[in-house]
Amino acid sequence: MFKTVKKYLQKDFSWIPHENPTHSYPSLTGKLLLRHEIPYEDEIVDQLLAQSILVKVTSIESYPWGHRCRRCGNTKSYLFAKMPHATCGQDCLYCRSCIQMGRVIECEPLFYGSSGFEWTAHEHPCHWDGDLTIHQQKAADELVSLVQKGSGEKLVWAVCGAGKTEILFPALTEALEKGKRICLATPRTDVVRELLPRLQKSFPDVNIQALYGDSPDKAGDAPFIIATTHQLLRFAHAFDVMIIDEVDAFPFHNDVSLHYASERAAKPQASTIYLTATPRKKQKRRIRSKHLPVVFIPQRFHGHPLPVPQLKLTPTLHRYLQKGELPPKILQIIVHQQQTKRQLLLFLPSIKIAEQMASYLKERNFEVQSVHAEDSQRAEKIQAFRKKEYRVLITTTILERGVTFPSVDVYVIDAGHVVFDEAALVQIAGRAGRSPDDPTGDVIFYHIGKTDEMLDAVESIRYMNKLGRKL
Amino acid sequence: MRCLICHVETIPDVTWVTFWKPSVQKKICQECEEQMDKITASFCPGCHRPGHEGVCHDCEKWEKTNPGLLERNVAAFPYNEFNKELVARWKYRGDFVVLDAYKEHLQNVWLSSFFKGRQVLSVPLSSKRLDERGFNQSEAISYALEEEPFSVFERSHSEKQSKRGRKDRMQSENPFRLLHPISDPVVIVDDIYTTGRTVRHMASLLKEQGCPSVSSFTIFR
Repeated sequence: MFKTVKKYLQKDFSWIPHENPTHSYPSLTGKLLLRHEIPYEDEIVDQLLAQSILVKVTSIESYPWGHRCRRCGNTKSYLFAKMPHATCGQDCLYCRSCIQMGRVIECEPLFYGSSGFEWTAHEHPCHWDGDLTIHQQKAADELVSLVQKGSGEKLVWAVCGAGKTEILFPALTEALEKGKRICLATPRTDVVRELLPRLQKSFPDVNIQALYGDSPDKAGDAPFIIATTHQLLRFAHAFDVMIIDEVDAFPFHNDVSLHYASERAAKPQASTIYLTATPRKKQKRRIRSKHLPVVFIPQRFHGHPLPVPQLKLTPTLHRYLQKGELPPKILQIIVHQQQTKRQLLLFLPSIKIAEQMASYLKERNFEVQSVHAEDSQRAEKIQAFRKKEYRVLITTTILERGVTFPSVDVYVIDAGHVVFDEAALVQIAGRAGRSPDDPTGDVIFYHIGKTDEMLDAVESIRYMNKLGRKL
Repeated sequence: MRCLICHVETIPDVTWVTFWKPSVQKKICQECEEQMDKITASFCPGCHRPGHEGVCHDCEKWEKTNPGLLERNVAAFPYNEFNKELVARWKYRGDFVVLDAYKEHLQNVWLSSFFKGRQVLSVPLSSKRLDERGFNQSEAISYALEEEPFSVFERSHSEKQSKRGRKDRMQSENPFRLLHPISDPVVIVDDIYTTGRTVRHMASLLKEQGCPSVSSFTIFR
């Protein structure tokens, strides 16, 4: 009894087979798949099962008081349902939590693919010839030794624009030279799309695959995978090096199933690296209690301090926003801003207000576009803004992290709104002054009353700058 | 209670009425219900196309080519973006219980359609598709209406209708085979009425074998 309770409460992966025979099917390696996701005929699957290259595992664990879906780790009773199943003629339980990736049903097994595929060892895979700063080099060295050790975890706490991706290069090189399999996971599709060309350029001879909701590549048979955290639901004991970018971001931050999946996707002996600019309370607590080793990079790669946000009180803000307008004062500031060379990033709390504002500013002859999560042309619009094809980009919190524009001013309208928490505000402020040619930028939070989140954000940015100065 | 669609917790208002007589728990939240929409005011009497006064263009065309083949179609919900997404989740992803979200209104429409008492026919799936999906959507709807569906057709495996263009669909061959004739008026229950091709394929077979009247009942139009 005690054992079952413990098994239920802890993340238990002992059901994943420990024997991993070698084979030559990269697309099955370290996967946890439904039958229809395996692109082979029944005869071949039977053969693979006989050789235990594929192993059937129970898909849903049952306990006297509930269930757990082994693909997504869901245990919530309202996310399980029963259906009359025509194939087996019984009422079967299925998981509603990961239904987007195909139905996991009680009576059908999941197929675990052995992780015994031998990945090729690359010689001198890294063709990047940039230099790391002293702080970056120090962090990079620590990560290399973590990869060499082959187990353990490390958090890289680096300010926005510290050059987190470049810090990884030596560690990635080390892993690829040893023929280890790497996964770089991030909660955001935009970030995956942006990282792929950058990494491919630096590692031209390595097969790098990007996996996200509607990615052209779906096989997942590369030694180096960049994926959204959702894609990890299809992996089990697959990776020797697991890198999770933006650990604190939505939806990873408080989605249990993604934590479950990312933990399962790493091998029992794997090096795990977390990257973040704004650790959440839980991580900070682990850092303080010395349970989570941390590398700290308080300075941007160009050595300039982070722009500190200015808080501007605008009591009439809500009244104007309700009408879909901006207070004349802010409008005037935008007009002034438009005469400078910098582009403008305007953050608004919701999609509806963002669209209203876009049409409001369009009427006043600004070159404006708006993007939000449900925008089908999101990637194109962001690309066009980066190429300076228009001047003002209006957005919601989706662009708070991971995207880089060389020279922008950042205004947050209604910064007191609940969607702008401390992490979001720090990230938003971090969009300004990213390029060494223009290392500053105005960050202004317009609000109708300071919130703790705003003050905490300003304080944490000041603290980073202070640490950066000391070095 | 959680909303069946968006999993948001729904908390019913406490009024004096609900205090004395607890209300029936809603399966979905207010917001999702609004987005689901309902076909209420004006619709085509032939096929229930929403927002249309009088007989619509499609039905006129059908009347010219196949007069009187289908008596009428009754639908409960418009096939809008929100519903499209839900159908994808229900039918193609296989989230069976999503149907319960439509159940209550569906039963009301069923009662007001005066189809009750007629023989309910289900649309068969090919065995391959049934294996893939795990359930027959047409039978599932019939059970949601608390009716016992009859299966008198057989279907050869063919491309999904939803993957085809309109022209292609209209020219498609009849994939059904009638197993035994029926001599009472019938109603065919299905999920979506798009062009009306599927139900008319079935209706033509039924009529040939002496069925007096064929109507159809769908969730969406």
